[in-house]
Amino acid sequence: MAKTLAQEFSKGLWEELPPFRLVLGLCPTLAVTKSVENGLGMGIATTFVLVCSNLLVSLLRNVIPAKIRIACYIIIIATFVTVVELLMQAYAYPLYLELGIFIPLIVVNCIVLGRAEAFASKNAPVYSVADGLGIGVGFTLSLGALGAVREVLGEGTFYGMQVFGSSFEPFTFMVEAPGAFVCLGLMLCLINLAGNR
Amino acid sequence: MGDIFVLIISCIFINNIVLAQYLGNCPFLGTSKKMETAVGMSMAVIFVLTMAGVITWIVDTYFLVGLGIEFLRTIAFILVIASLVQFVEMFLKKSIPALYAGLGIFLPLITTNCAVMGVCLINVQEEYTFVEALISSIAYAVGFGLALVLFAGLRERINIGRVPKPLQDTSIGLVTAGIISLAFFAFKGMV
Repeated sequence: MAKTLAQEFSKGLWEELPPFRLVLGLCPTLAVTKSVENGLGMGIATTFVLVCSNLLVSLLRNVIPAKIRIACYIIIIATFVTVVELLMQAYAYPLYLELGIFIPLIVVNCIVLGRAEAFASKNAPVYSVADGLGIGVGFTLSLGALGAVREVLGEGTFYGMQVFGSSFEPFTFMVEAPGAFVCLGLMLCLINLAGNR
Repeated sequence: MGDIFVLIISCIFINNIVLAQYLGNCPFLGTSKKMETAVGMSMAVIFVLTMAGVITWIVDTYFLVGLGIEFLRTIAFILVIASLVQFVEMFLKKSIPALYAGLGIFLPLITTNCAVMGVCLINVQEEYTFVEALISSIAYAVGFGLALVLFAGLRERINIGRVPKPLQDTSIGLVTAGIISLAFFAFKGMV
């Protein structure tokens, strides 16, 4: 193996940082980043699914027939999504209600299926877990950052705490759908600027 | 009759699947560079989403709820959608080759289009009746097509213009989508 474990992990943080570098998984990115808390919660749930499904796909990579591999991956992913769904219902119910439909929709998050197909199906379990963890952490941080920008500007709070004085007029555009698109577009532009140096 | 009309308007415009509910954004950005692909994708989505919405509604009402295993909804729905897409692809290839040639490459992509899965979940969460589920599936799909075709037209025009390098492609695309979304936002007060 040419790359070390640390390299597999760290590429998810910048080189292949989702959703900016790989333009995948945009729906949850736009939908749940109304606040930092929601963004991080969604990121952690996705990371869990990514790591578990990468591990299982990698362990089974020599057993799954090539022709029906996508169907097998989807079932593996759906199983872990159900696990996350039930866990969140039990231990994080308010967050579960807040994220709503987007928890079951982790199944169709292209990042998860993309990593299973592009990485875990070809690499050893340890590396696949490192890859899943790296991409997951990168995704969580991206969602957290986007959530922070939108929450601070749109609500005037950060993680529920007041940032500005009471005279601050919240810029509600940012927490609505149009704000999500514009904000993500501008952040992508900034990342491009930083990356092209 | 009036209720159905309100449902159609609300699904196409007010709660537009892409611009207000944030679903199906990957194909929205991925297939909107050319008008041709945008139209192809829209047709494929309308076709599959209508069928998927109806079938998952039946599966949920008579099978999952009947047996008390609603927690398997996620797995059951994705299986239904994946096999439906596969089946539609094989059926079209054999019976209607002309349509297959048009939709062909877009069909496999639909499995991971969260708009399809999303609408199926909305249908059961809102506890729609069979007719309402059918209408909402069609209307949401039409809304997706409308947004995609509008967006593709704008993007083709933008690509002719000079865009600063870091803003190019997806970045300016997202900002454009934000502006269309703002326009659709105006429908909010309608019903």
